[in-house]
Amino acid sequence: MANILAVDDSSSMRQMVAFTLKGAGYQVVEAADGQEALNKAKSQSFDLIITDVNMPIMDGITFIKNLRGEANYKFTPMLMLTTESSSDKKAAGKAAGATGWIVKPFNPDQLLNTVKKVLG
Amino acid sequence: MSIDLEQFHETFFEESFEGLDIMESGLLELEQGDVDLENINTIFRSAHSIKGGSGTFGFTAVAEFTHDMETLLDQMRNGERQVSASVVDTLLGCVDVLRSMLNAIKDGSEIDADNVADMTNALKGILGGESNSEDTAEESTSSTVPAKGWSVLFKPELDIMKTGNDTVRLLRELNSLADRVEVLVDNESLPTLDDIDPEECYQSWNINLIGGDVTEDDIIEVFAWVDDECELKITALADEENYTGVDRRDEERRESAAPDRRAIERRNKPAKATESSSIRVNISKVDELINMVGELVITQSMLSQFGEDENFNETHIERLKDGLTQLETHTRELQESVMRIRMMPISFAFQRFPRLVHDLSSQFEKKIELIMTGETTELDKTVLEKIGDPLVHLVRNSLDHGIEAPDVRVQNGKSETGMIELSAYHQGGNIVIEIKDDGAGLNKAKILEKAKQNGLVNQDDRLSDDQIYDLVFRPGFSTADVVSDVSGRGVGMDVVRRNIRELGGMVEVKSTPGKGSVFTIRLPLTLAILDGQLVGIGEETYILPVISIIESLQVKPECINEVAGNAEVYRLRDEYIPIVRLYQIFGIEPKSAVLDEGLLVVVEAEGKKIAVFVDELLGQQQVVIKSLKTNFKKVEGLSGATILGDGTVALIIDIAELIDLYQKDMASVVSIKGGGLAA
Repeated sequence: MANILAVDDSSSMRQMVAFTLKGAGYQVVEAADGQEALNKAKSQSFDLIITDVNMPIMDGITFIKNLRGEANYKFTPMLMLTTESSSDKKAAGKAAGATGWIVKPFNPDQLLNTVKKVLG
Repeated sequence: MSIDLEQFHETFFEESFEGLDIMESGLLELEQGDVDLENINTIFRSAHSIKGGSGTFGFTAVAEFTHDMETLLDQMRNGERQVSASVVDTLLGCVDVLRSMLNAIKDGSEIDADNVADMTNALKGILGGESNSEDTAEESTSSTVPAKGWSVLFKPELDIMKTGNDTVRLLRELNSLADRVEVLVDNESLPTLDDIDPEECYQSWNINLIGGDVTEDDIIEVFAWVDDECELKITALADEENYTGVDRRDEERRESAAPDRRAIERRNKPAKATESSSIRVNISKVDELINMVGELVITQSMLSQFGEDENFNETHIERLKDGLTQLETHTRELQESVMRIRMMPISFAFQRFPRLVHDLSSQFEKKIELIMTGETTELDKTVLEKIGDPLVHLVRNSLDHGIEAPDVRVQNGKSETGMIELSAYHQGGNIVIEIKDDGAGLNKAKILEKAKQNGLVNQDDRLSDDQIYDLVFRPGFSTADVVSDVSGRGVGMDVVRRNIRELGGMVEVKSTPGKGSVFTIRLPLTLAILDGQLVGIGEETYILPVISIIESLQVKPECINEVAGNAEVYRLRDEYIPIVRLYQIFGIEPKSAVLDEGLLVVVEAEGKKIAVFVDELLGQQQVVIKSLKTNFKKVEGLSGATILGDGTVALIIDIAELIDLYQKDMASVVSIKGGGLAA
């Protein structure tokens, strides 16, 4: 089953994302910021990355940029969790190598639909 | 698949309150002219997280409110808005409103809508009535369904796959939309095999979507992630027959609105059932526990071998003893590790003070610098929760009564800005919290006068400075008139002392006229366990807290002095210490009432010493405190009870209360003080 890395500094959001995905049978690894996520991503492989944008230590966009530079993650789908109003954030994310985004607020069904689409 | 979002609410509230605290302390730092970008970023992130979470978990009102805060913070972050005192004040106000909103939601009570509206208006005022049209502007495209379907031209850029996008996925999604899909691949620009870069995309597609109530928005949504990386043309297929379809978006909207409504209904139900206080524990503490439990299991299996051995003989006894010693060590370590789980840094209690001092100093028009040290000092969570209010009272007190007005300070040759220092540190098995100010100090004459008025001391009593200062903790001694009239909290210092005593702690004050005062609070690290000295009186066993024992001694008859009115004092080196015969206080039969046939245990509490007369010292051990109040009723002079190894109950003596009891008994015949009686 697909292995997903969920990154968010908010533990309630992280719990929600992880719980939803695990419930659908995915394996989920959690990280609380970009740096932690980067370390985890380098030590094992993931089929999908879902990351928040605003995080301490390393933000989501820097994280995506760094991870996209890794040979193993050249084509791995990376989704940002972002709020509707931040269209410039979307563009910045795309420029950093993000595949797409999930707009906050979202509910578990929306999350699963998006993940299913991306993972096929 | 439906998931109950309510299970995440607890975590959401917990982290939101944490976020609010972070915002508050960040904003207070900002105000001191410290425009640090990282600080603004941190504040922004907290607001952003609360907004995201509240939106997701269905707390729309909170999300909307936070949105404006976020906008303002974003402007500050981008340098579009100057950090001014009024902006900071407004944001601090927002933090308060947000906190009350979250509290209301958590308790299932009504949100104070007026308050929220006021604050929202204040925010909008600063933002200059800028609308949030940005959110809605994007969604103005048509949602009509053409009769036959759509023709889509999709021409991706070469790099499209480098963001992890997959053209096959996009086609698959389109396929799931319509009843029938016709796809035409255009391989025109495909280079020769030698020139192909396998990481690039050379193809383009012509797709016809036929039937299936597809709107233009649906198609745009499929390509939303790649619209900057491709050429996209969407046109309606030539109309041939009249088509009546339901507007699909409407239906979707209805569907997506449903769970929101459910969440709101649920919120209105009393949420009490789910309320449980939780504690965050560092993984290393848990690992330590697991490790200790492992050791215990090993010891247990070692000991159980003896039980199974039928040929148990004397040679085994040594090893059995070893095993028991190990068991004791491990049990103690396990106990300590478990205690450590309940330990939290005192910063949880300290963090409210920057705000408090900020608000109060403007209220009293004083200039105050707050210094906090030892914030990482850990103490029991229960103690931590209960120490908050007494601390607030003491800090307010220092600010109100202690620190002088700026002009008075300057007149007295002090700097205009007063200083309040909060510090915490460990000392022995206790935690010490000090509240120190460099204000005027306590007004001795006024305190004494007041105490005489109230009959707390006799007209002709001669008291030492410390005894006078200690009077402020006496019941019936209203602080309101001590130094100034600004008070009105309805809580006196006696309540502070009582609350601290309830936690097994003590509070005392030292003061120097013109230089300031120091309130010192001593608290046990935990409420559950105590290092006890077992003492025997007649048939009974009592427990004295080891922490308050100074020394134990055999009585030399020549050192006993009788003071008028039956009081006895013992001369120990240069001090005269009152002798307290425990059997008299508790009304029991001692083995001997003759002083030199027993022992004196010198104990100290709140700067006062007494010598407790007991028959014998029995041993020291850690005892688990059982509350008398919950199991029986509060008994003066006792802090609780415990069950000893042999199953009997022993009462634990509260030294501070014992001294009070003794003082009441002796009325005002004998005065007690730290340095003993003035000879």
